[in-house]
Formats: sequence, C-alpha cells, structure tokens
Amino acid sequence: MFDTDLNDKALEIRKKTLEIIGKLGVGHIGGSLSVVELLTVLYYKRMKIDPLNPGMEGRDWFVLSKGHAGPALYCVLADLGFFPKEWLLTLNAGGTNLPSHCDRVRTPGIDMSTGSLGQGLSAAVGITLAQRIDGHDNWVYACIGDGESQEGQNWEAAMTAAHYKTDRLIAFTDFNKMQIDGLTEDVMGIEKIEDKWASFNWHVQRIDGHNMDAIDDAIEIAQGVSGSPHMIILDTIKGKGAAFAEGNPGNHNMVFDIEKAREAINALDAKAREAI
Amino acid sequence: MDMRDVYTETLIELAGKDERIVLLEADLMNATGTRPFKVAYPDRFINVGVSEADMVGVAAGLSAAGKIPFAASFGCFASRRVYDQFFLSANYAQLNVNLVGTDPGVTALFNGGTHMTFEDAGIMRNIPQLRILEPSDEVSLRKLLPQIANWPRSVYLRLHRKGGWSFYGEDETFEIGKGKLVREGSDITLASFGMVMLQETLKAADLLEKKGIHADVIDVLTLKPLDRELVLASARKTGQIVTCENHNIYNGLGSAVAEVLAEDGVPARLRRIGCQDKFGEVGKIDYLMEAFGLTAAHIAGAAEALIGMKKTA
Repeated sequence: MFDTDLNDKALEIRKKTLEIIGKLGVGHIGGSLSVVELLTVLYYKRMKIDPLNPGMEGRDWFVLSKGHAGPALYCVLADLGFFPKEWLLTLNAGGTNLPSHCDRVRTPGIDMSTGSLGQGLSAAVGITLAQRIDGHDNWVYACIGDGESQEGQNWEAAMTAAHYKTDRLIAFTDFNKMQIDGLTEDVMGIEKIEDKWASFNWHVQRIDGHNMDAIDDAIEIAQGVSGSPHMIILDTIKGKGAAFAEGNPGNHNMVFDIEKAREAINALDAKAREAI
Repeated sequence: MDMRDVYTETLIELAGKDERIVLLEADLMNATGTRPFKVAYPDRFINVGVSEADMVGVAAGLSAAGKIPFAASFGCFASRRVYDQFFLSANYAQLNVNLVGTDPGVTALFNGGTHMTFEDAGIMRNIPQLRILEPSDEVSLRKLLPQIANWPRSVYLRLHRKGGWSFYGEDETFEIGKGKLVREGSDITLASFGMVMLQETLKAADLLEKKGIHADVIDVLTLKPLDRELVLASARKTGQIVTCENHNIYNGLGSAVAEVLAEDGVPARLRRIGCQDKFGEVGKIDYLMEAFGLTAAHIAGAAEALIGMKKTA
C-alpha cells in the first residue's frame, strides 16, 4: 500500500497511457483508459506488493485477463518502480519488455501472460488454489473484459471458482459497453451480467468503475464475505477521459498521434485545475 | 500393472517427497485411475468437472504460484480441446504444466474416431520448446515421471492407459530427449514411438531376423526434441529406416525423422508406418492395428520393401 492521492495518481496514469500509445501511434487506448481507476485503487491502495521483489511470498496477485490493457498497467508498474520508466517508451518496439498484451516472462510485476481472451480467470483460480494449499491469506485479483465475457472458458472458471469456494479471489468485469465490432449489446449481449455471475454462485456487486471510493468500498465488502468468489461489475466508459476516444466506435485499437494525445492530456489537466 | 496405475502410484510417491505436486482431472479421475492420489492428498487434487480448457488454465495458475501440476484427460481433449490454453497460459507463459493425454491413437478402442487421437503429438510439436514424450513401458514411465515433474517448463505426455508391460530392466536409466537402442542390427533401422508400437516393432525385428535381416530397433521415448544423434548414427549405419508410430504419419515421428535425415544429408531411405492420414474408428485392438497398418507384418513388409530397393539399386 502506498500513501498517495489516488485522484492524482489516476490522472497521472491516464495521461501517461495516452502519451505512450500516442508516441507509438496506435494502441488499445479504449480498454486501457477504462481500467485506470481500478488499477489505481488496486496498486496504490489495496495490493500487498513489493516492486523490488515482485515474486514476494504471500503477496497479492493481479491477473489482467483483458491483456490488451497492458499499457495502462505498465504505466502503473513503472511508476511503482517494478522497472525503469524509460521502458515505457519502448512499448511494442522490437525486443521490448512491454508488448501490447501482458507477458509474465518479459515484464516484472506482470503476474500472468494473457491476450487470448478468456484464459486469465482460470489462471487466477489456479493461483488462488495454490495460495490456499500454501496457507497464505493473500488476495488474488483479476480483471476480465465485457466482450471477453463472451468466451466460454470464463464460465468454466466461474464454476470451478464457486465449487472450490475461492473467496480470496476478487474479479472485476470492465463493462465499458463496447467491443471491436460495436456495442456489446449489439454484437453479443451480456446483460444481465450481474445475474449471470450470481447464478454461478459468485458474490456480485455492480458499481461505477470510475469512482475510486466505490471501487475501494466494493473490495472492502467483498473481503468481508466468505464462502464464494467475488465479481465486481465495473460500469465504465471505453476511452474514458480522452474526448477523441470516448464513444468512438473505433477506440478498441486506435490510430492517433502524439499531438492528439497531448490535446487530451491538456484537457485532462485543465479539468483537474477546475476541480481544485 | 496398468500404465495408469504406474502413473498414479509414481505421482503419489513423488507427492510424498515434493509438496509442490498437484493433480488435476476433468471428470476422468476414474478413467485415469487417479482416485488413490485424491485419497492420499485430497488438498492437492483438483477435479474441475468437464472443462478441460479451464483445467489447463487452472494448472497454469498453480504453476505460476509455484506448484507442479499434472493435468490429465483423454488425448483428444488434452490436445485439440485445450491447444490455445496450453499454448499461451502454459507454454508462452513459460510455466511447468504437465499435460497428460491418455489413450493414444488406436488405444481409444470403442471410444472410436471422435476420441482416437492420431494428431495430438503433431499439433503439440509446433509449440516452441515443448517436450513431448510417450514412455513405452512401466519402467520408463516410472523413471521419466520425476524428470517430467522437475523439468522447469511444460511437457506433453502421451500415456497408454490400460494394460502394462515391463520391457526395461529396473536398473535402466532414462533421460528426457534421449532414446534407446533396444536391439542392434546392421541392415535396417526400425524407430518406434510408444508402447503399442515398440511391441510390434520388436515382433517385426524377429520376423526380419528369420529372413536374415538384422534390424536396429530404436525406442525414441521423446518425440520432441528427437534424439538426433541416436537416429542419425543408426541411419548412417543401415542406410534405411522405418518409423513406427501410433499416430498420423504427418508431423509425428516419421516427419521428425525425415527432417533430421534431410537436414544432415544422411542418404537413408525412409518408410513411415502409422495412420495414413485417416480419421479413427471404433474397434478392438487387433482390428484397429490391422486397419491402420500398424502391425508387425506391416512394419516388416515396409522394411523388406526398403531392403529390396537397396538390392536392386
């Protein structure tokens, strides 16, 4: 846990994410920006981690199953000192340690390699079961996407997690309402998503995924409920905070340059000044 | 002893010495015969029900957190059904997931074409750096399992399930990536993969011996990486080689041997005994061995054809 102003951190991470993708010229900006508040609460408030010892025994874990949101997570990990900040400018360059999808082998602080959607939740269940075998009382967090929820393996993992009562597993669905081919409810509707998880015997909450107090409170509530795994549905906005991306149907893997990113960053700064 | 019982017994023994060993099943515990492990180590036995993809993902998570998982299912499910999960969550992630595909090829018997996997080793061969093994008897299985457990990366193990065979002596030693020259000749090389085929290949060598043809018999044990030196040394000596596999001839042992022969410029003629690009079907073992051309007579026939070509050349 790190003593810091979460609002400042979320702003910083959002800006950095825009900057590194803008410098590259293309990237998964939409789904990266929609999880910034979640990452901020987890990494700056909730998770027991040590940037100098990423494999610390008894630490908390995070599986970013929607691996394409890697850039936002890299900004957090660099800021915390898991690796040098200069690495951020190597995103997707040949030989980089920061590929667009999360890679546990290349990137210090990444707990699981992901990118083929639907696989991360099973891994998170396995990690949780391993922690139980070892008698650790740490927390395993995971985040899946809304489009990703259409992958059947999630529901296999949902059954396994509930059957084995993995109550140290807290998963999130980044419900930003959009997927590559359009709105989730147009492509393949997932509502009512909270009912689906509840019917799989998960403890479910649904909150505003950009409200960090709400995220923190929901984690607190989840940690107080034993006997079942936890799903926290985050109602979010894909591309949150960047006017050029928000609501843009092409914001999944988007081409934009550093000028566009700077405009968005300046707008975020101006908005933050207004709020003071 | 059934090979599955050797598997379970050996893993129970290993689990007693190494608390990292965890067993996973997807509703085939009673088929794989792993119930005694569940009884011995209930906390380290996870049955995920009929969800093989999830089983491999859970195994990957266990490995990420320091465990050594063994996950088993029928070979068709442990390969085709979970390929992406095994590829990414286990292998790309450089984790130690030991995936066990039982009932290889014709041994699927009455489960038939839907379950008869002649392609598992073939698709697995394309996963970078993966180790692929098929122990050929009880001794080799018992002795290779601890090495598989301790191999830091993932392994695909083709496991003959019902029935056993003690071929090797108890003091024989084995190593991942190393085959065995189990019979020495000079006229032709017979290279075999797996228990069913080693039995037939040895019978074929006897048939050939009666005709004055002396065969080298190689039990490859590890398909990937193939024991190049062993295969090439024998092929250089004999100049002709028959590969014998309970698998499609594509991308299995025959392909692997052809690759090393060609790359090393070894002038050896090759015939591939195996499933000739067909789908499986139901039947008893004798019918299936005959239907897919895997018998000692088929192997000996292929060998004699090669010898005949040599003589007329």
